[in-house]
Amino acid sequence: MLSREDTNLTAANTHGGARVDLVLVAQMVERGAKVLDVGCGDGELLRLLSETRSVDGRGIELSREGVNQCVAKGLAVIQGDADTDLADYPDDAFDYVILSQTLQATRHPRAVLEHMLRIGQHAIVSFPNFGHWQVRLQLLFAGHMPRTDILPFSWYDTPNIHHCTIKDFRLLCTEIGLRMEKAVALNAWGSPLRLNAPWWFWNLFGEQAVFLLSRKS
Amino acid sequence: MTVNLYSYYSARDAGNRRERTSDMDEVDLTSVQEAVDAPREADQPRDSLVAHFGADKPLKLDAGVELAPCQIAYKTYGSLNAARSNAVLICHALTGDQHVASVHPVTKKPGWWETMVGPGKPIDTGRYFVICPNVVGACMGTTGPSSIDPKTGKPWGLDFPVITIRDMVRAQAMLLDHLGIDSLFAVAGGSMGGMQVLQWAASYPQRVYCALPIACATRHSAQNIAFHEVGRQAIMADPEWCGGRYLLEQTNPRRGLAVARMGAHITYLSDAALHRKFGRKFQDRANPTFSFDADFEVESYLRHQGISFVERFDANSYLYLTRAMDYFDLAADYDGTLANAFKGTPTRFCVISFTSDWLFPTPESRAIVHALNAASARVSFAEITTDKGHDAFLLEEPELFAIVRGFLDGAGRSRGLDPKS
Repeated sequence: MLSREDTNLTAANTHGGARVDLVLVAQMVERGAKVLDVGCGDGELLRLLSETRSVDGRGIELSREGVNQCVAKGLAVIQGDADTDLADYPDDAFDYVILSQTLQATRHPRAVLEHMLRIGQHAIVSFPNFGHWQVRLQLLFAGHMPRTDILPFSWYDTPNIHHCTIKDFRLLCTEIGLRMEKAVALNAWGSPLRLNAPWWFWNLFGEQAVFLLSRKS
Repeated sequence: MTVNLYSYYSARDAGNRRERTSDMDEVDLTSVQEAVDAPREADQPRDSLVAHFGADKPLKLDAGVELAPCQIAYKTYGSLNAARSNAVLICHALTGDQHVASVHPVTKKPGWWETMVGPGKPIDTGRYFVICPNVVGACMGTTGPSSIDPKTGKPWGLDFPVITIRDMVRAQAMLLDHLGIDSLFAVAGGSMGGMQVLQWAASYPQRVYCALPIACATRHSAQNIAFHEVGRQAIMADPEWCGGRYLLEQTNPRRGLAVARMGAHITYLSDAALHRKFGRKFQDRANPTFSFDADFEVESYLRHQGISFVERFDANSYLYLTRAMDYFDLAADYDGTLANAFKGTPTRFCVISFTSDWLFPTPESRAIVHALNAASARVSFAEITTDKGHDAFLLEEPELFAIVRGFLDGAGRSRGLDPKS
């Protein structure tokens, strides 16, 4: 059964000012592991992982500026697209494949997830929860596409084309047959929700979620 | 200055006969005359070190023959640290040479990669021991077709064996053995230099800590072979080529070599760069002359490129080196699977391409990256936005410098290179 991660948030908030969700992801990674960060942006998570977990980290990033910033920092990052380029990696090449705040921007989230767990023993996925009460209220009462702190885009220029709720994501994992090893939901203030709260509570009050997945053995 | 290749060389030949003609007013032949009078770079390269390899240390060539004796001309910059761990090998491109970061002895121009290599530059000669050899088959002091064949006492010409990228790399490995350098911190190069970098990583993975193949490919495309063939045919169509025996016949296929260079030079640029630089601007005139004079700036520029190239390059070397690039197909040496070339490699790679490079377009670099990923190699890949075409790797590209510097700094930290070493 799924265990929901207990987290020392004070430490998480203070580590070099790194984003809480990145610290949560980092805490799920074994020390010294081989890690692929898909959609690694400017390399903040990869740097955090190599500094705090001594990982052998690699990254894929779509934006040219992001890649060039990463490489200039000495990170092993290539320009590529999660939707097309994961297919080129061999099976079991990594211990962890991480998709941080990127799932909702992929064209084929299911295929991406399946590739992640083909390439890696584990996958760590974090995403904004579209079931959050703020999102629901905006659509219900204001009648417009929701815009929040972590979903700041207008409907016409958002890169996020496949939003999902925590419930949706869990259903997909079950459908694909993935094992959910750990999960954390963060509220709008970046604090983890109570571990013993029911899933519907997470789905309503979790602004974002982080899942550690593995293949069903 | 407007010149036409035919009138230019007619004037030059007249100059050699010490007869001044009216054509002479158009061109400055001083530097050409100096080049003619100078000792041949092929035998006695100026401002270079030369390693000699006798009959006991033959260079085994892919063509199935042994080259001995032979010599390798090279330059070094910076100093080797006590641990011998800070050596960086620079591999030059088709028409490059060992003068990577110092004045060229023939053209008196700055080194071809002074933007990249030097004190405080991304490949910092204050930190790394930089070695740049002239490739085998070239004409700046390493044995090539214009060198003297010891068996005949005459220039090799077309009797020189056909060489490959792998032969160039094998020769460089011999040079490193000669210098007592077991392992390189980095191997870097663009274009044909990048091919050598890839061959280094495939042939000697344990000797290469990190590799920077820039603007290159693991095999020469059909289009690129076609361009090379046009260049070679231009040289061979020049009656002064004399079947490759021009040194014996005391002729020089300058027109053919200049045309080859003009054609190749277009492939190093881009439509956008040519448009930005020249557009349809006229050269020193307001209206077309209704002749075949170089009315357009771009024509004048290309003619100048051709003529200045001929001063420093040997036509047969051009044939041999373009052939080496044509034959390059790294995957073919590994059962057609590129990833096998890098299986289990410990080398860290930084692959770089340029958006407007149509000679070695980004998909070629991406193929390298895919193979390296499939081999679980540690690889970085960046595509740099520029309109300068293939030549961008030689030019002022701040993003390129930041990436090379960052990559080498990162690799240096894990190699334990002291920043001040």
